[in-house]
Amino acid sequence: MSSLAVQGMEKRRKTWTWVYFLLPSVAIMLVFFIYPILLTVFYSFTNLALTGEAAKDLQFVGLDNYTRMFEDPTVRTSIWNTLVFLIGSAVIGQQVLGFLIALFMKHRNKWFRRVIGTIVLAGWVTPEIVCALCLYSFFGDEGTLNAILQSFGMSEVTWLYTVPMITIILANIWHGTAFSMLVFQAALDDVPSEIEEAAIVDGASKWQVLMRVTIPYIKETITTNMMLVTLQTLGVFGLIYAMTGGGPGTSTTTLPIFMYNQAFVNYQLGYGTAISLLLLFIGIILSLFYIRSMKE
Amino acid sequence: MARGKRLWSISTSLVLCTTLLFACSNNSNNTNSTSTPSNNAGTTAKPTNDGGTKENTEKKVITITYRDDGIGEEGVMYKWIQEIAANYPDKNVEIKATPIQASEGDYFAKIALALKSKDTAPDIVTEDTFILNSDASAGYLESLGDKVKGWEDWTNGSFIEALKKGVTASDGKVYGVPYNTDSRGLWYNKTLFKQAGLPEEWTPKNWDEVLDAARTIKSKLPDVVPIWMNMGKATGEATSMQTYEMLLYGTGERLYDNDTGKWITKSQGIVDALTFIQTINKEKLGPPLSKVLNGQAGNTATREYLPQGKLAISLDGSWITGNYLEGGAAPWPEYKDVLGFAPMPTSKGQAPGSITLAGGWALSIPANAQHKDEAWEVIKFALNKENSKKLVIASGNITVRADVGTDPEYTQMPFNQIATDYLKNAEFRPAQDKYPEVSTQIQTMVESVASGTSAQDAANKYAQDVTRTVGEDNILEK
Repeated sequence: MSSLAVQGMEKRRKTWTWVYFLLPSVAIMLVFFIYPILLTVFYSFTNLALTGEAAKDLQFVGLDNYTRMFEDPTVRTSIWNTLVFLIGSAVIGQQVLGFLIALFMKHRNKWFRRVIGTIVLAGWVTPEIVCALCLYSFFGDEGTLNAILQSFGMSEVTWLYTVPMITIILANIWHGTAFSMLVFQAALDDVPSEIEEAAIVDGASKWQVLMRVTIPYIKETITTNMMLVTLQTLGVFGLIYAMTGGGPGTSTTTLPIFMYNQAFVNYQLGYGTAISLLLLFIGIILSLFYIRSMKE
Repeated sequence: MARGKRLWSISTSLVLCTTLLFACSNNSNNTNSTSTPSNNAGTTAKPTNDGGTKENTEKKVITITYRDDGIGEEGVMYKWIQEIAANYPDKNVEIKATPIQASEGDYFAKIALALKSKDTAPDIVTEDTFILNSDASAGYLESLGDKVKGWEDWTNGSFIEALKKGVTASDGKVYGVPYNTDSRGLWYNKTLFKQAGLPEEWTPKNWDEVLDAARTIKSKLPDVVPIWMNMGKATGEATSMQTYEMLLYGTGERLYDNDTGKWITKSQGIVDALTFIQTINKEKLGPPLSKVLNGQAGNTATREYLPQGKLAISLDGSWITGNYLEGGAAPWPEYKDVLGFAPMPTSKGQAPGSITLAGGWALSIPANAQHKDEAWEVIKFALNKENSKKLVIASGNITVRADVGTDPEYTQMPFNQIATDYLKNAEFRPAQDKYPEVSTQIQTMVESVASGTSAQDAANKYAQDVTRTVGEDNILEK
């Protein structure tokens, strides 16, 4: 055997080893990810229900669930609420606030960073449902916020009913900002101080350094973080469900809440799965948008 | 060497894949059959035979699943099941309570999920009669037709004939044995009425008189909530039945037209009922939304506001007095003197003058139950005259057994007589497969009116939703 042939065999063997090691993860993906999605797509074309005749007798209903979705005004309200929640709590709230906190903490002393960092992280490490209960008791009728207001002689406000959307947005900001903060902290630490110093020497103001040097330098981090935070926020359920239950009326009904209501309150699992696909679709569109803006 | 490595990598990968597939095949079975979240399965799952076989091969565990509204072992149902278990003559059968702790709305979804699989279905389940028909159509429940035929209590007239309708599904078969029924009306606090200068024996003739009384309370006693009706999605069927249907049926309209077999999606009655709710909220005659739109609303009204004198009128069920008994959730011995129970008038006082809806609960055997015969024996024992009496007295419900109805121990309970009298004008919810879904649309409609949507807009949305649910061929506009 020539040494060339041996090398070829070696190469082929290496390729195959690669495949063997990949197999388990491919299997996991197939079973836990691809299969449920295909099943969801399948069910979204059926009248699958939790109780009643339809629970016994699964039937194809074609595009019924989808036409129903486009005719249903609550779907429009839910999409709108989802976007408001997303922009308010993720894009503006977590992203901007996280960035600002990271920025203020740069070049500060170790203790300052530690104390502030821990406080912000507290919200993040708190499990979602605990977080929801904390904020429920903060905004509740007899909650902390009203107690503070009353001690200043002001009358109490039913926060969860008069401004429900704002309360859940604030809750999600409190819960999630630490993630963005950590990401931006790491990114800002990577910005070489020489470049910033050079800009200052050239006569740039602090604002100009931030806008023209620092932010462009970490642009990719911003987009990646935006995508992660967006996808996390799109799926938020427990926080909203525990605080407002999607109400009053439909004022905080986001798509996940609406989906839950259709599937488990109205017993229409088929319709629920169609809505979940809409949610998936929105997630994909937004991700593609971010990926594209990252390339530019 | 290389060969050995390759072999090793192939075999590890194979082992991993097979383990995964096995793990998954189990898993996918579970998801297919139940999709029950594991914690749910935990609360509903019965102890499997394994537990029993180790110690005693004969002993069979019969599980009874019911809704626990959060009070656990203090609950009437829990105590009653414990008592049944202790007194059950067949010592080879162990009776075990497996409650589901959930809001009223979630209970039915959790039950439906649990009933789908043999692994999670209990042997006996408490079913609200409104969903019994749906669960029967879904094939979740065992028909008890043959079993009840051989039960003397069932055939000798001990059970009130009219109430057997509630447990008979649209296929004409019996799917449960009822254990209680109820009527609805206006509970009012006589002390507060006196303070506001209203009559202590109050019998409003129409809706305006109800509203006027509430307005008087509001002006005379500003710290008291004048009238409470459940108005949220979170209170589930209580919102549909105690509030909306009591109003709608009081206008003379119905949800479903029995003659044509169609759902009524548009009528003056719908708008009138919603306008009543709108008035309550516009004039701030009701409780604050933060109290009434959550799942605990019913308990807040009956266990806190009413006994504490913070609520004057409550449109609620006859059973609420069960809370006030010794050992109940909110003992209040004075209730018999302080509370009054007025009939809910029709909208303009038209015949029959007052209205009530009647519902009730039944014990059913799931199609997936493991010990059906033993479960049936347990039901017969649990709902015999003595045990059935204990339950209705403790829970404050109305009995479905004629022999209990004449029992002095039962009749001497305050309000039982009045509550039973109201049943004369009782209406029942449509025994239709689609009712549970229409009911959730009612809840959405009522909550939207409570939180500010106009009656007309909410009614239009309801018409759309119901049309979508039952199909365009099955609706009727008036």
